[in-house]
Amino acid sequence: MDHKRITLFAGHYGSGKTNIAVNYALLLAREGKRTAIADLDIVNPYFRTKDSAAELEEAGVDLISPQFANSNVDLPALPAEAYRLVEDRGLFAVMDIGGDDRGAYALGRYTPFILEEDDYRMAFVANPCRPLTRTPEEALEVMREIEAAGGLPFTAIVNNANLAHETTPETVLAAVPYMEKLSCLSGLPVWMTCAEESAAAGLAGKVPGLLPMRLQTKYFDLPEQGEPWSAGPVVGRQPNDGPRPPKARPLFG
Amino acid sequence: MAERVLMKGNEAIAEAAIRAGCRHYFGYPITPQTEIAAYMAKKMPKIGGVFLQAESEIASINMVYGAAAAGMRVMTSSSSPGISLKSEGLSYIAGSDVPAFVVNVQRGGPGLGGIQPSQSDYFQATKGGGHGDYRMIVLAPASVQEMASLTVKGFNLADKYLMTSMILADGTIGQMMEPITFEDTAVETYDKPWALTGTKLQRKHNIVNSLYLKADELERKNFERYERYKIVEENEVLYEAYMMEDAELCVVAFGIASRVAKNAVAQARREGVKAGLIRPITLWPFPSKVLRQAAEQVKSFVCVELNMGQMIEDVRLAIECTRPVSLCSRTGGMIPSPDQVLASIREARKGVN
Repeated sequence: MDHKRITLFAGHYGSGKTNIAVNYALLLAREGKRTAIADLDIVNPYFRTKDSAAELEEAGVDLISPQFANSNVDLPALPAEAYRLVEDRGLFAVMDIGGDDRGAYALGRYTPFILEEDDYRMAFVANPCRPLTRTPEEALEVMREIEAAGGLPFTAIVNNANLAHETTPETVLAAVPYMEKLSCLSGLPVWMTCAEESAAAGLAGKVPGLLPMRLQTKYFDLPEQGEPWSAGPVVGRQPNDGPRPPKARPLFG
Repeated sequence: MAERVLMKGNEAIAEAAIRAGCRHYFGYPITPQTEIAAYMAKKMPKIGGVFLQAESEIASINMVYGAAAAGMRVMTSSSSPGISLKSEGLSYIAGSDVPAFVVNVQRGGPGLGGIQPSQSDYFQATKGGGHGDYRMIVLAPASVQEMASLTVKGFNLADKYLMTSMILADGTIGQMMEPITFEDTAVETYDKPWALTGTKLQRKHNIVNSLYLKADELERKNFERYERYKIVEENEVLYEAYMMEDAELCVVAFGIASRVAKNAVAQARREGVKAGLIRPITLWPFPSKVLRQAAEQVKSFVCVELNMGQMIEDVRLAIECTRPVSLCSRTGGMIPSPDQVLASIREARKGVN
């Protein structure tokens, strides 16, 4: 995989930018490159680059994160240190941009420096399983909105089709025509394909630029216990010895 | 089978509301529920609906009151401090017997508190918040799938019983992403002959109002309303029982706390402790009878909550203090770990075995 001096990941919120940015920075570090990652997400208060701080530090990746990230200060302030990414040209820089056009406004202040140096890749992260980017046309709309907000044109597409822990190699492969259509509409190449390690094992040689990823998990994740709501018998009703409720009429009846 | 999509909890509420026939959203942004408003802003104009960001929470809840009086499926959403502001409107809506759907994606309190997850609005949601004798149906989802399912259910129940139904979620379920499926079939509708839709000079005019000039008339109205609440209590309780068949200790938890508790119960079982979990899905009506039955079987209860101990009062009331009930909690935006819950389970066994 070829690398540019600066790699930026932007896209619809919830498309997987942060996980990809972290895993890509770890890849650069494994290849022996002096790497820094900046969390420029001014939108999402909960799931952030900083959640992976220990892993990044261990790999020797420099993490630049807003001072108030993961705190109760809901303040969209960026650290002055982030300028290091555009000024220190001996560094491989990864930028995690916030979701949608609202998140990309923060990028604008770095855009002139990035354009002047002209050694960057602005990657659009797409997941067709997300409800507001179900079609390539909808994704293109988001792409244009982000470009307008951040002032930096996209140069590449990342296939990040996933259903979280339910992702299979088929989930990713089924998104290939979508990515090709988005590529036609935008004139940009599909540069990378991301998948969690176990799904990625079934994709080797079948997709461009495969990046196997390790994902952040939380201890309230319960993938193995299934959905109680759909499981019928476990959801109980109390015995009823009182009056009965009114009857519904059918929808649109 | 319908397609799987990957959604944030907040988005799931918004999409489910649209599928349930909601075409009117009035709100005011606040973390951690802003994605609901953002989703509505994007979608409503495309489907002929109304998205309106009001000048305040107070304005938005009164817009909900107005649209509900006109018979519309309408909603608002906010987080803890915003729900406090809406509480006056919630009382007026209850006093007028119109259906509304409200979402509270809780954050730490009191006061401005913080933006991290919490369950400390349990009292506010189940015991009032606004003034006067009234109830709201309170639904507590524990997954993104339930954010969607209970939203549809919430709209159905509001129309069925002419009252407010509230989703009481927390920041974590609002923000986290899980794959889900939408089931459109669950949508129910009800006739609204009382709605203010214009008489067209063909019927007597309707009145929606919460002011009564005579005390006996207001009393009668309150009696009638509580007859209706009784029907809700008898018919609409929902809960999940996990490993309760042979349980000797019962953990009670709702929402995000129940997911942690479930992991702890599974771990306790591996250690040979006969623990089980009862997860109230409706917080009002509360599954009191089920807990009462459980009290005949188990020796002790452990409540797991993201607050200083609120639901624990309803658990003690339900079992009439026949068994010891202990509390395992974190607050201020913190979430207990499965190990902390496990330690509480071990501790609770000591006194009774």
